[in-house]
Amino acid sequence: MSRIDARFVELAARERTGLIPFFTAGDPSPEAVVPVMHALVEAGADLIELGVPFSDPMADGPVIQHASERALAKGVGLARIFDWVREFRLRDTATPVVLMGYMNPVEIHGAARFAADAVAAGVDGVLLVDCPVEEIAAAAPLRDAGLAQIFLAAPTTTGERLARVCAAARGFLYYVSFAGITGADRLSTGDVRERVAAIRRQASTPVAVGFGVRDAASAAAIGEFADAVVIGSALVERLAGAAHADEAAERARAFLSPIRAALDRRT
Amino acid sequence: MQRIEDYSMYPDARGRFGDYGGSFVAETLIAPLAELDAAYRRLRTDTAFIAEFERDLKYYVGRPSPIYHAERLSREVGGAQILLKREDLNHTGAHKINNTIGQALVARHMGKRRIIAETGAGQHGVATATVCARFGLGCVVYMGATDIERQKINVYRMKLLGAEVVPVTSGSKTLKDALNEAMRDWVTNVADTFYIIGTVAGPHPYPQMVRDFNAVVGREARAQMLEQYGRLPDVITACVGGGSNAIGLFHAFLNDRDVRIVGAEAAGEGIATGHHAASLAAGRPGVLHGNRTYVLCDDDGQITETHSVSAGLDYPGVGPEHAFLKDSGRADYVGVTDDEALAAFHRLARSEGILAALESSHAVAQAIKLARELPHDRLVLCNLSGRGDKDVHTIAAREGISL
Ligand SMILES: Cc1ncc(COP(=O)(O)O)c(C=O)c1O
Repeated sequence: MSRIDARFVELAARERTGLIPFFTAGDPSPEAVVPVMHALVEAGADLIELGVPFSDPMADGPVIQHASERALAKGVGLARIFDWVREFRLRDTATPVVLMGYMNPVEIHGAARFAADAVAAGVDGVLLVDCPVEEIAAAAPLRDAGLAQIFLAAPTTTGERLARVCAAARGFLYYVSFAGITGADRLSTGDVRERVAAIRRQASTPVAVGFGVRDAASAAAIGEFADAVVIGSALVERLAGAAHADEAAERARAFLSPIRAALDRRT
Repeated sequence: MQRIEDYSMYPDARGRFGDYGGSFVAETLIAPLAELDAAYRRLRTDTAFIAEFERDLKYYVGRPSPIYHAERLSREVGGAQILLKREDLNHTGAHKINNTIGQALVARHMGKRRIIAETGAGQHGVATATVCARFGLGCVVYMGATDIERQKINVYRMKLLGAEVVPVTSGSKTLKDALNEAMRDWVTNVADTFYIIGTVAGPHPYPQMVRDFNAVVGREARAQMLEQYGRLPDVITACVGGGSNAIGLFHAFLNDRDVRIVGAEAAGEGIATGHHAASLAAGRPGVLHGNRTYVLCDDDGQITETHSVSAGLDYPGVGPEHAFLKDSGRADYVGVTDDEALAAFHRLARSEGILAALESSHAVAQAIKLARELPHDRLVLCNLSGRGDKDVHTIAAREGISL
């Protein structure tokens, strides 16, 4: 069983809502990446989404855009990101790691080579924001190498297409809680609850919900019906500007702990 | 190399031109793109819609644009005859209006009242603001902060037409970032908003739709050639930024195998210097702005900043159909430097009394090169995509003249 599947089985057995923090690899600093990953796990993360910075992040709001720009300015690229995951795996072989990014770096690296490097480093899944199921063929080498391709479902994903997305999903399905970009503040828990219930009836994978989850209260509200909550921009904002790796790790811990506690109180 | 029998068959139903094109967008945009595709598929063969479009092209844009024989220029060059397809004579001064009228009509049929657009030089922004004023639609134009600084007159022109111009400060603050920001707006406001993309880029069906609306250029030119010269040209050429004026001219000639096709990309300070925008001549296949095409990027897949004296060619991608035409061997794409374009600008001004846009000056420079190698009885048809009034300040500044 893959690390992602094992983690969700374990969560279900413990009746615990999964907590998935996202941050951009290389921001606030290259030295902070691995310490922040460990700190997040210590504070209760069940899976880590590591953002691969891209020059043209079309689906991201200003917070993640600027984090990408800062990381790129420090020369962050795929080779270093794979190194960080490899280093993380020296101490943590249980927490799944998903890389989240855009198609072009994968295409230029070569999908097969990207997949081999990612698997060798200990990456478990890949979420390519601009690779919808219509373009699934472009990512075939990733799945062939054993990586879980995570798909998004949006409020605009309905009917036959939703069935297609559910069928293609591996690891978990990521439900985008509103039509918009990352970091926006448009979360409406009631609408999301209904949609997630409908998706869970169709999907054979767990359903995580992201976009607009900012704090303990919004995480707990979503956690009432989702298998996992994803929290990104708010964490990236909190990490930004940390002076050194220890401070970044401390901020990560301080940010995530109350969210974990709020999720656990519910269950 | 695969032999293509019929170029009019592309793209396929998934928006593919061979390996290129497609719909590489975030999940939220798939549904509105499908809605647009269905609407456009219906409208493109709807006789009432076509009649509406053609009426506007005739009475509002001023079509057909003539083919003009640049006799003095041809004599000076001393080779083939250079013919100019005068898109510079259109209302708003460029080919861009062909596309914005078409898309605004589609938006109206779909009941969308709010229009967004991206712009680089401001020409597409002006053409969009123009049709929005005429159709009474709300208009928001995204423009890189750097470009706003470089193209103040077009910014003011858009405001005069009632558009809101939003500065984009992310990334390189130029056209590609304006496109990213327009996409973000669209994702956020999908229900009531129509995105008018300014070139044959973006996800399906944009490369097809923008091509179809500009294809009037080539259809007219082909008929005019037969009428005025009794034959087709030997070579056709156009400048390639995103590639809309070029595909507009080329499309009607793709199945005429005897007509040679050459696209002129911006080689900036020279391709070897790295300061250029020649995606086809110097880039590689990748994914940008919703489609697979040739892009300019580094070995890690990060899109690189481009350079051209003409803001309208300053783009690190190119329409997927051009990528397909390059790989299939049907068209050649070559670089024209800033200096060559400027020299062609002056030459055309002095020999024919025409101030060409800096973008179009790249095509003129290429036409001169092609004509020089051919005998007097050959015909080189060049798309003069726009007029140069907007560039007067740039040219003066480059030549150290303060106006
Ligand atoms: C006059 C003119 N020609 C050409 C272009 C380049 O665009 P495309 O390659 O889509 O024709 C522009 C863009 O602003 C333009 O204004």
